[in-house]
Amino acid sequence: MKHRYLPMTPQDEKAMLDTIGIESIDELFADIPEKVRFKGEYKIKPAKSESSLTKELSQLAAKNADSSTYASFLGAGVYDHYKPIIVDHVISRSEFYTAYTPYQPEISQGELQAIFEFQTMISELTGMDLANSSMYDGGTALAEAGMLAAGHTRRKKILVSRAVHPESRAVVRSYALGQSIAVEEIPLKDGHTDLEALKNMIDEDTAAVMIQYPNFFGQVENLKEIEPIVHGAGALFTVSSNPLALGALTPPGKLGADITVGDAQPFGIPEAFGGPHCGYFAVTKALMRKVPGRLVGETTDEDGRRGFVLTLQAREQHIRRDKATSNICSNQALNALAASVAMTALGKEGTKEIAIQNITKTHYMKKQLKKAGFEIAFDGAHFNEIVVKTAKPVKELNAALLKKGMIGGYDLGLSYDEFTGHVLVAVTEQRTKEEIDAFVQEMEATHA
Amino acid sequence: MHKDNQPLIFEMTKEGRVGYSLPELDVPEIDLADLLPEGLIRVESADLPEVSELDIMRHYTALSKRNHGVDSGFYPLGSCTMKYNPKINESVARYSGFANIHPLQDESTVQGAMELMYDLQEHLKEITGMDEVTLQPAAGAHGEWTGLMMIRAFHEANGDFNRTKVIVPDSAHGTNPASATVAGFETVTVKSNEHGLVDLEDLKRVVGDDTAALMLTNPNTLGLFEEQILEMAAIIHEVGGKLYYDGANLNAVMSKARPGDMGFDVVHLNLHKTFTGPHGGGGPGSGPVGVNKDLMPYLPKPVLVKKDDVFTFDYDRPQSIGRVKPFYGNFGINVRAYTYIRSMGPDGLKAVTEYAVLNANYMMRKLQPHFDLPYDRHCKHEFVLSGRRQKKLGVRTLDMAKRLLDFGYHPPTIYFPLNVEEGMMIEPTETESKETLDAFIDAMIQIAKEVEENPEIVQDAPHTTVIKRLDETKAARKPVLRYYKDQAE
Repeated sequence: MKHRYLPMTPQDEKAMLDTIGIESIDELFADIPEKVRFKGEYKIKPAKSESSLTKELSQLAAKNADSSTYASFLGAGVYDHYKPIIVDHVISRSEFYTAYTPYQPEISQGELQAIFEFQTMISELTGMDLANSSMYDGGTALAEAGMLAAGHTRRKKILVSRAVHPESRAVVRSYALGQSIAVEEIPLKDGHTDLEALKNMIDEDTAAVMIQYPNFFGQVENLKEIEPIVHGAGALFTVSSNPLALGALTPPGKLGADITVGDAQPFGIPEAFGGPHCGYFAVTKALMRKVPGRLVGETTDEDGRRGFVLTLQAREQHIRRDKATSNICSNQALNALAASVAMTALGKEGTKEIAIQNITKTHYMKKQLKKAGFEIAFDGAHFNEIVVKTAKPVKELNAALLKKGMIGGYDLGLSYDEFTGHVLVAVTEQRTKEEIDAFVQEMEATHA
Repeated sequence: MHKDNQPLIFEMTKEGRVGYSLPELDVPEIDLADLLPEGLIRVESADLPEVSELDIMRHYTALSKRNHGVDSGFYPLGSCTMKYNPKINESVARYSGFANIHPLQDESTVQGAMELMYDLQEHLKEITGMDEVTLQPAAGAHGEWTGLMMIRAFHEANGDFNRTKVIVPDSAHGTNPASATVAGFETVTVKSNEHGLVDLEDLKRVVGDDTAALMLTNPNTLGLFEEQILEMAAIIHEVGGKLYYDGANLNAVMSKARPGDMGFDVVHLNLHKTFTGPHGGGGPGSGPVGVNKDLMPYLPKPVLVKKDDVFTFDYDRPQSIGRVKPFYGNFGINVRAYTYIRSMGPDGLKAVTEYAVLNANYMMRKLQPHFDLPYDRHCKHEFVLSGRRQKKLGVRTLDMAKRLLDFGYHPPTIYFPLNVEEGMMIEPTETESKETLDAFIDAMIQIAKEVEENPEIVQDAPHTTVIKRLDETKAARKPVLRYYKDQAE
């Protein structure tokens, strides 16, 4: 058959069969037992030409409401942020995206150095000693943090705040089940982790306490107050953090975190219906040899020139097999590159400015909604999100917003029984005053 | 490749330069000190680069030139299926209706994305012969763990709590035993026989009522088809265990044998291998899992269902193993894989496997006179040579791999699988032409000659790369995992 991805010609095929000493390709499959041999062709859709396939798929894509057409007020862990256009130009260089894991350092210095830079940027933002080369996403990174903590402390209980993203908590529970680790949830108080409850729950069998900063409701947890409770019981202080917020907030590393994880999606990575995003995993030096996944280290070559290699591989599955610190192999390298480019573009000043813009615009939304008579569930500082009480079902509200070209917030009642009738509204730097005002106006209209 | 070292981006920084263009702040400014408790406002900015947009583009362009991808040249890295990554995939994944949609939008606003996911699942069901597929796992190892958790849930639902062991062949990928550990199982190794296949007698010896599952790659990592697969399935099923298919090598059997028909109960696929989602320098991947009817109740949440032409996510799954990942998997990679499958069609996928296997056998026979071939029979999509003969002359497989760099090739996978001494695992894939294969074969033959006549040139390789062999011991002994400005000054 002729296909643009298949260079084999009948002459090639004949010459190759002759070399092998067989008559037909079928002979190469003679070792498949007759009973399991698949005959004929798959019953799947026939091949389409390039033009007709792009036409079909662009029509399919057009069925979706996207955030470049609609003004999005939906966050809950995935955000519509400024994506420097340069990001896509860099990650479209096929020397990066068509390469595999840099196991041959002499011809992979580009990728290795880019990852080394990513590790440095994440360490800088989080204030941690070191970071790995990436994880699948924020949720599985948090789950891996739980496993690390249980292994390190030889304890079998994890305390997770209910203000941690509900889906991340669910992933933590799934992983913990495999490891027979108990997971208990710390209740809420005024949209924050209830510290009195934490004090009562924590004990000598607690491996880790997991706090999200800023939390799922957009509230900024006071890590300073939490840290002594956690370390007082000998547990590992595990913080899940939106790295973009750390442009303005004191980094977890400066507030005593042992492990900081999260998702770098806010830095230049498209929402993409939830993935692929880019988990990150940062720790203190004491935990360096327990980190899951790949690490890039600096070294020198035979001539003393600086170079980079994958290092401390004795932790990993391809060396240690069943004794590895994790089973992770493929990670999110290309998205780590995307995040690196975005972090580089924003740089020292931009990361601060973008974080402050997010806080500022979120508070503008809060002020306008309050002015319009809406009740905001929690007070204090908000990052990206506010919880708004609504008399209308959120689904109905969002349908009305959609008609006005807006994607509404997240229905909190879906994850929290006590917050039925509350909507989690997100505002990023992308939202203009005009869009925010229109949102408030439509909220008012639906409640009139 | 450029020989000059590329400075770190941090070393190019100059105070006052910017590389961004943020939206205008069109709302009143506020004072953070009025909002945040003391100590939570960042005092010292993260020390990130201060560079212009051109600085950034030149930096990463320079780095890209110091990197080898499939588009740069032949990449016969065994077990990784480094085939061509079609450009249409990249375009389609960037359509705004796929790239810029939020996972928590109302389902009525993302029906197109859900339709694509559903249709991809349908295609993968037919390709694997399984009853249901989930697209949630982010990569192969994640799929392995997901599959094993489902097997565990199945046994436990049957009141069977003593199945603590997962059997893996000695030739298995490292992720298999690692995933078993993460899922809470103990790993038992089953030996290979002199033909490179699972030793059935040893398998019979290790199975028992504590067997949860056998994890198998077929063809195995030697590129050989496990001919006695039905006997193995019977042995495992007889003791109540489940058979797990590691789909890393699916490129070898598309349209020739389906895991479901071979007796497998759970299958994971690597969409970034067989189905051309690019490898991205190590990821992101996508590792969908297929199951048979017995295991369907345990699929991770949510399950995508179609009812009256409307797609919904079903969360009401009381026996589910729960969530394995936030949201619905690596959708962007799944879009690429779907685009590929639709570009190939049934006859295309069949040709893919046939040409991948033909290419591998051709190379194997051409190289056989020059290297040791431990298992002399038709291979599937890859084959494993041994550098034993060259080792006797003082040249190791590692040296030959490094010498290949001088010819502009990415070397094969080396020292794997573990049951071949000085192994070189070669997987050409179907997208490479005979001319490319012949040129690589010539290079390998030349290296074999050099080993006999001029071994130093191989032992001292590479000679043409931007950097020479790196000191890995130093990297591990005194790890430097990030840049510190202060130490550099």
